[in-house]
Amino acid sequence: MIRMENLTKVFDTPGGDVTAVNNVNMEVPAGEICILLGPSGCGKTTTLKMINGLIPKSAGKIFIDGKDTDTVNPVQLRRNIGYVIQQIGLFPNMTIEDNICVVPDLLGWEKAKSRKRAAELLELVNLVPSAFLKRYPKELSGGQQQRVGVIRALAADPPVLLMDEPFGAIDPINRAVIQDEFLKMQKELKKTIMFVSHDIDEAIKMADKVAIFKDGILEQYSAPDDLLARPTNDFIASFLGQDRTLKRLSLLSVGDVKFGEEYKVHGEGDLANAIGQMKELGHQNIVVTGPQGRARAFLHLNDILGKKGVIEEYRQALPAVANVKEDLKTAVSTMFRHDVSWLACVDDDGFYKGYITQKAISHALSAIYRDEKQNTLR
Amino acid sequence: MRATTSVLLVFAAGIMFSLLLLNNDGLLIQIWINFADDVDFLIRQHIYLVVLSGGLAILIAVPLGVWLSRPYMRKFAEGAMQGLNVGTTVPTLAVLALSMSFLGIGVLPAIFALWIATLLPIVRNTYVGIREVPGFLIEAATGMGMTRTQILLRIELPNALYVIFAGIRTALAINVGTVPLAFLIGAGGLGELIFTGIALDNIEMMLAGAIPVALLAMLVDFIFLQIQTWSISRGVNPLR
Repeated sequence: MIRMENLTKVFDTPGGDVTAVNNVNMEVPAGEICILLGPSGCGKTTTLKMINGLIPKSAGKIFIDGKDTDTVNPVQLRRNIGYVIQQIGLFPNMTIEDNICVVPDLLGWEKAKSRKRAAELLELVNLVPSAFLKRYPKELSGGQQQRVGVIRALAADPPVLLMDEPFGAIDPINRAVIQDEFLKMQKELKKTIMFVSHDIDEAIKMADKVAIFKDGILEQYSAPDDLLARPTNDFIASFLGQDRTLKRLSLLSVGDVKFGEEYKVHGEGDLANAIGQMKELGHQNIVVTGPQGRARAFLHLNDILGKKGVIEEYRQALPAVANVKEDLKTAVSTMFRHDVSWLACVDDDGFYKGYITQKAISHALSAIYRDEKQNTLR
Repeated sequence: MRATTSVLLVFAAGIMFSLLLLNNDGLLIQIWINFADDVDFLIRQHIYLVVLSGGLAILIAVPLGVWLSRPYMRKFAEGAMQGLNVGTTVPTLAVLALSMSFLGIGVLPAIFALWIATLLPIVRNTYVGIREVPGFLIEAATGMGMTRTQILLRIELPNALYVIFAGIRTALAINVGTVPLAFLIGAGGLGELIFTGIALDNIEMMLAGAIPVALLAMLVDFIFLQIQTWSISRGVNPLR
């Protein structure tokens, strides 16, 4: 847990005092990723570097796991905080193994223990230890160096991690891969992470909480979905971009907006039942399931109105399905690709789980605004 | 690359020596017979001057360069480096003459002058080498909890070592080549044969001094090349 109280930094420059960070109060709960976001010069990096004392603070208090950092020797403090910088900063004169073991060595771990830990960490990021331990940083690609930079910060298993644009220096494809790896790692490690970024999409993807800074002031501190749905002022709204509602698509999953799981027919069922269900649901299509409950096909209302016979004769193949775990961005993309306005939802094993429609998606995205309008009307 | 150059140099020197041997009726053998005792005596003096002045220069210059590179010295360091740069342009013969006018004649003023001449390139390279270690490495090291001394010993010096060694090699090349001049202020060394040979127009005597000086310079550079190659981490060493 990281807590800041009235944190302030005033730089004494030849042109007069410049307040880089102005009275910031915030708390990062244990095990969460907090991303500091904002235009350059907004004070986000200064805030981060005050936590491990790389930049001395002018006023205020910082607590890590409830302990006032002023009471700890800065060198000791830093050894218990993982730190990743934008330029990666692997030491070129040391092997990968020695780079990873820098902090364990400073803490006086036994060699055997720290070297074993280095090998484990390399495996964690899919680098073969036997091939990499004895190499030097210059012999690694940018992406590999970045991974080593991150695991080096984890080597002594610190509870808190500070990262200054850790994925900024790599190409977009590698960045996405490393971000995913990192999120997977974080799921198990549950570190308290404070992370500086200037990439909104990165923040939305990775953060539990986003803190937006402007001119040293913490403008808004909330969960990514909340931020996109309810920016508290015009600066934040414009910083997030005109397409911020679309950005929310990647935050919601298909499972969040699907409906009508109980509306389905079997191949042997009769047409009247199907028509009845469609009317009840208010939807012109219905999914036909197999004997186990897997989504097999669908019926369209116009094909069966006034017809007689069994469902089997009128059913059509499903053009595509949406997995309930997918985000809405993927589902919408599938809809557009197949030129349809709805999809059947399935789980990992293909069992039918409900419908997702374009209408339901736009309804979900606008729900928050609607609630607020009603609140102000009352 | 450097190794190839050294091999070529040795090869060229070999051809030159063979030509001398063949064309001038065994000139080298003549020299050997006539001057072996002199060379044996003088080369010891010569090596003594090199080791003492060069060793003292390394011992003083590296810490001095490190000290100038410290953040609290930043204000003075640039001025000091300018001074050192001016110092290196003074011809070593002039340094010897100046030294003699303060300290008289003999070994002491010679060592002092050689020490000054050797000092400057090492200080400069140590300072520049450490200053060129990227700031973000220092930031990373600080952020990971290294103390200032640990940063100097584990990060700054190892990363600057290649440049420092380049300075030492340059300085020692100057040193070995300047030692013959020390004879002029009464410190002995192989310069005795060279200058006396010139004065007497005695080519054999001149070569008896010049050839060992040349070999000694190559040997010293070769030794330090080996140290440079094998003592510096492969991660920051272009030689490996």
